Amino acid sequence: MKKLKEFIIEKAIFLSGSLSIIFVVLIFVFLVKEGVLFFKYVPPKDFLMGNNWYPLSTPEQFGMLPLILGSLLVTIGSMLISIPLGVACAFYIAEVVNPKFKDILKTGVELLAAIPSVVIGFVGMITLVPWVKSIFNLPTGLTALSGSIMLAFMAMPTIVSIAEDAITAVPRRYKEAALALGATHWQAMYKVIIVAAAPGIFAAVMLGVGRVIGETMAVMMITGNAAVIPHTFLEPVRTLTATIAAEMGESIRGSNHYYALFVVGIILFIITFIINFVADVFLHRIKK
Amino acid sequence: MNSRVSQKIAFTVLFLSALVTILPVLLIIVVIVKNGISAISWEFLTAAPTNGMRSGGIFPAIVGTFYLALGATAISLPLGVMGGIYLSEYSKDNMFTRILKLGIVNLAGVPSIVYGLFGLSLFVIYLKFGVSLISGCLTLAIMELPSIITATQAALHSVPRSFREVSLSLGATKWQTIRHSVLPHALPGIITGAVLSNARITGETAPILFTVAAFYLPHLPSSVLDQVMALPYHLYVISTQIPGISKSTTYGTALVLIVFTLSLNLFGIILRTYLRRQKKW
Amino acid sequence: MVETPKVKIQANNFNVFFGKNQVVKSLNMEVYSNEILGIIGPANSGKTTFLKTLNRLNDLDDDFRMEGSILLDGRDINSQFDVIDLRKKVSIIFAMPLPLPISIFDNVAYGPKMHGIKKGLDEIVERSLKAAYIWEEVKDRLHESALNLSGGQQQRLCIARSLAIEPEVVLFDEPCSGLDPISTAKVEEAMMELKKKYTIILVTNNVKQAARVSDRVAFFLMGELIELDSTEKMFTNPSNKKTIDYISGRFG
Repeated sequence: MKKLKEFIIEKAIFLSGSLSIIFVVLIFVFLVKEGVLFFKYVPPKDFLMGNNWYPLSTPEQFGMLPLILGSLLVTIGSMLISIPLGVACAFYIAEVVNPKFKDILKTGVELLAAIPSVVIGFVGMITLVPWVKSIFNLPTGLTALSGSIMLAFMAMPTIVSIAEDAITAVPRRYKEAALALGATHWQAMYKVIIVAAAPGIFAAVMLGVGRVIGETMAVMMITGNAAVIPHTFLEPVRTLTATIAAEMGESIRGSNHYYALFVVGIILFIITFIINFVADVFLHRIKK
Repeated sequence: MNSRVSQKIAFTVLFLSALVTILPVLLIIVVIVKNGISAISWEFLTAAPTNGMRSGGIFPAIVGTFYLALGATAISLPLGVMGGIYLSEYSKDNMFTRILKLGIVNLAGVPSIVYGLFGLSLFVIYLKFGVSLISGCLTLAIMELPSIITATQAALHSVPRSFREVSLSLGATKWQTIRHSVLPHALPGIITGAVLSNARITGETAPILFTVAAFYLPHLPSSVLDQVMALPYHLYVISTQIPGISKSTTYGTALVLIVFTLSLNLFGIILRTYLRRQKKW
Repeated sequence: MVETPKVKIQANNFNVFFGKNQVVKSLNMEVYSNEILGIIGPANSGKTTFLKTLNRLNDLDDDFRMEGSILLDGRDINSQFDVIDLRKKVSIIFAMPLPLPISIFDNVAYGPKMHGIKKGLDEIVERSLKAAYIWEEVKDRLHESALNLSGGQQQRLCIARSLAIEPEVVLFDEPCSGLDPISTAKVEEAMMELKKKYTIILVTNNVKQAARVSDRVAFFLMGELIELDSTEKMFTNPSNKKTIDYISGRFG
């Protein structure tokens, strides 16, 4: 009796342990299940490289290039802001700040992560967007730039916390050796510590990128949602995620448009899968 | 001298970066509180929206978010804890475990909107739950799973190995050992992790867009197959699709939402700090 | 001395490997009922590994592998025992006192509870604490946390906890390494009393302790059993040169 109970519990535990991988597979399978029909009607090349995303016109056109470029532009923009700021912040927390304030800073970073994306989008829409509009004298402030700035803050917690872990994990003797040779603390940081922590910082950046590419609500609210190929940061763009969020509600179940949105989802899934995989490889490298 | 000066400059730059990172949190909170506090009233918190959501309250959205968060955590907590137990106590260092861990990392990294698509495809359509509370809870539960697994694993890991050895040496079985000698001491850490991941999904919008969220539904759900309104989606709707809505109503909604998520978070963080100090071994 | 000693534990051509390292090498030895067998030897001589094999705690280590056999009452501990039943018969006291962070009472009652005993726990706890010579010190605060006890008290509590499962063999793994002389004396006193009922194996780095309490002493070196004889013979007239070196000069 006791043995049977134990046997059942252990099987349940094993099953739950396997759930993570089961769900990853399930997610992929169900995206593909809905998305695969799409390619019966539209050749992959037209889809990936087409310049026009007009799902509701006749004939409908599903060129994804504007969406890919939109996501790319916003991601690059936000990374240009969040990588230097985030890594600098991580160094400040890990190496410079008075230990008394360390916990306060870390809590602050954690709370930034806790603000829902829809709230970030809302605040950006009401404060940042009008500023961008008037500063650059644009017809609209809903631009890739606005999106990049808000997304930078959403990537920051990820970058700061993981980079900080990587910096803290650098063995003390590296720093001590540099200091013993007469280097200043700052020299030790940028010549020795940053090199030793580089794989972790790289992983932090990758995960930050993954966070930004997958971000939906805030970008949808502040990037203007124009599915055209962008040329500068001061134009409206439409990202992959925002396209799904904005159009799924209106698409007819079983239509090409509906299938197309699932294909966009598959592409997002694959991109983030690769990013997380690479980041994980680098994080593992530090542990060894 | 020169290197001292450059160190001073560098540290100042680092300090400013940290400031720029932290300041927005305060700014966002201050802006929302300042503009939203005037909207908060007993009616706002307890009445249904009226007049095309331009007036009245947000009660159905508060209740919906409460149900969603509670339902999702009720589903994912037992699964996540058992998953964490498997990884911490049972798994061996082999290929299968490596794949499982990769699964967790990737599950945590799947974009929230893709969870929405998945929920639509599996729960709403394939399992025929429709756009409903249960579809939304299940979608959010899967999203919450990796963080609960990770938190459980970390909490179990912090229990000294000797506790397990002592228990086993006294003739307890492996499960008895986990149940009586490991889990009780990991429980506070697991609860903290659950609170923090619960806080996160409370604010999620994208996964509930097509699985549960109702644009406007002034009454409360009567079964798990009903749609519900939810705070984050409501905020999105009123701030983008309702022209002429008063500023204080949207800010007020945002305020209620961040009070929800931030207080849960702060509670989790404080709990964690407190427990770290309490630890005796 | 018992005239024809009854064999309690028997190791036959027994080897232990951790990964590629051989930690115990072709060991053949016997442990008699109701004796205290001291095992001495420098660090990494395989003493503790051998000890932990006896109740299969080494099984927890993924790298662990063994060859040969160990018999308890003539039955193979790996193939003829359920591991739970084996651990009920062979309990262990660890080097560091390891009370669980629960009350004194719950520590002692832990084993019996796990084995499904619900009635008579009070008596079991009292009997075990008395046998470990700690009852008088804790009888008024059984429901306080075990972590509040001193190191020596904690170790005797651990002994009581082991006795509560009514074992036949009690293994001591350097039980006094963290204790002061007075606590050590109390633990040794408990041990002397215990051998009336139990078979005891004592692994110790403290040669004098082995001399004080053991009936027989085994000397391990680099995973090999060098010599095993009565305590008197080992400390007055050992037959192996290495034993002499270790006992007199202690090489490392």
